Amino acid sequence: MSRAWVFGDDLDTDQIVPGRYAPFMVGQDKFHTYAFCDARPAFAKEVRPGDVLVGGENFGCGSSREYAVAALAKHGVGGIVAKSFARIFFRNCINLGIPVLESGDALNLVRDGDAVILDLPAGLLRAPAGDARLRPLAPFAQQILAAGGVVAYLREHGDFPAVE
Amino acid sequence: MPKTVAEKILSRVATRDAKVGDLVIVPVSRVMVHDSVIDAVMAGLRDLGKERVWDTTKVAVFIDHAAPAPTPVVADSHRVLREWVRAQGIATFYDAGEGVCHQIMVEEGYCEPGTVIVGSDSHSNSYGAVGAFGAGMGATDIAVALALGRTWLRVPESIKVSFTGRPRKGVTMKDAIMRVVREIGTDGARYACVEFHGAGSLPQGDRITLAGMTTEMGAKAGIVVATPEAPDWLFPDRGAVYANDVTIDLSTLEPQIAVPPRIDQVVDVSEAVGQPVDVVFLGSCTNGRLVDMRQAAAVLRGRRISPEVRLEVVPSSRRQFEDAMADGTLLSLSAAGAVIGSSGCGPCLWRTGSVLAGQEICLSTANRNYRGRMGSADASIFIGSPYVAAVAALTGVIDDPRPYLEASDAEFDDLVARRRSERAGRGAASVRSGDRARELMLSAARSGVAAEIDD
Repeated sequence: MSRAWVFGDDLDTDQIVPGRYAPFMVGQDKFHTYAFCDARPAFAKEVRPGDVLVGGENFGCGSSREYAVAALAKHGVGGIVAKSFARIFFRNCINLGIPVLESGDALNLVRDGDAVILDLPAGLLRAPAGDARLRPLAPFAQQILAAGGVVAYLREHGDFPAVE
Repeated sequence: MPKTVAEKILSRVATRDAKVGDLVIVPVSRVMVHDSVIDAVMAGLRDLGKERVWDTTKVAVFIDHAAPAPTPVVADSHRVLREWVRAQGIATFYDAGEGVCHQIMVEEGYCEPGTVIVGSDSHSNSYGAVGAFGAGMGATDIAVALALGRTWLRVPESIKVSFTGRPRKGVTMKDAIMRVVREIGTDGARYACVEFHGAGSLPQGDRITLAGMTTEMGAKAGIVVATPEAPDWLFPDRGAVYANDVTIDLSTLEPQIAVPPRIDQVVDVSEAVGQPVDVVFLGSCTNGRLVDMRQAAAVLRGRRISPEVRLEVVPSSRRQFEDAMADGTLLSLSAAGAVIGSSGCGPCLWRTGSVLAGQEICLSTANRNYRGRMGSADASIFIGSPYVAAVAALTGVIDDPRPYLEASDAEFDDLVARRRSERAGRGAASVRSGDRARELMLSAARSGVAAEIDD
């Protein structure tokens, strides 16, 4: 079981990690402790590996800063389910090994604090109020995620996964 | 199937038939890297086990985001960057003061039309000004592109934006693109390519304004078709399918103002007349070129800005800077009271130059007005054209620039006097803004520059 952290539309990267807490400002070992420090002050203390973020439209919009995603990866976030994602954020998540999944109904079904199961093989986010369907990821992205991110994939295989 | 420009470019470089939704792995003709992400990019290359970039002749490196270095921390990072460039043997390197990466990439001809270029900055869409598929990416993507010379892309849907008619005097392509953002919204072009029609014969600078601002609609790329730089094949097929189709009649367009804190919260200038302004910024990859400075000088020449306002002008490249020196434009702006900054990103992203205090109100010609973008989170940023910026500097309020451009000297002075006298008071300077702004200032003071590692 993991906990769901629910957010709304247009969650921008400044809310995930404000620019003033960039790694080169506070150190590589600390920046993730400022995740959601303004928007959800309890997050960095209470988040557990495997927890799932649920959001609305345009999740991760704004600055292209990769350290917003790196902070979530450091906390072991198990996946992000949203109605839609900003494109650079989406790529950054795949590259750093965080499953990002589109779902039209997750935000309606899941309440903040719910115990949920991110069932990737079944393509479902299982919540107390019901199962939210997840749009399947392209096999290309699945292979990168399975390796733990693009760097790990490339180190192992030397090249991108094949595209059909 | 008839193809959009994005499908044509990606089919060509992927050497296969690429349709909307396909994943393609494509060679990049160039990779652009700038100072504020270099640490993460170097770490990415190290993690990939790659010592060298794939082709030193196809990498362009810029120090522009926090330049010249405002703090020892940033200066140290620049030093590491210079050493890396030297060790790699990368010849295309522009140090602090040379200008904004995107302006130089386009004006110096580093953007080959019809190819894919990736950049470590979200406004890399700008390369569509000359028909290149430019896309911004995060540090790991850039490290991978530097290592392999390739990247992966999903072939985007396209949104067709057509311009008809000619803008009236005092109305610019900045107003046109803000009208488009107003129509499409900040996520209306998410994952998409915005294809501009009816703009190919515009000056290159106007086309950079258009292509670069597609980032603010969530677009993957923004491409102007039928430019002088582009080969003939770089044109959509008749019958190509678009996700959306927007036509803007330039002949009836009013100057546009984006109201903080959203870039898609755009109104006609008539709805913002009288809004007081404390700081005016003229610059950025969006509007820091000679023509923009000339438009401002047309309003300000021979006059002094309002004593209530600070004006900072930052040319977008050394070429633009020197051209504006040579023809007297910068002299006019300086004589009017402007602070002239060295070419670069300047205060657009709160790194160097005129940082905003809490409660201050800025009129900027740049492209973003998020909370905290240019300093205190309690400051507000309106976005407008260079004409609007110049009039705001002169009067201390937002106003329609068109009457000023038509007025006799006596009428002009009358307009300025009236607007200055009507300007609402801005309170005592000793009244500090809220706790949050103070905390920001303290944290910035503690750790060097307040960093917005990005774009």
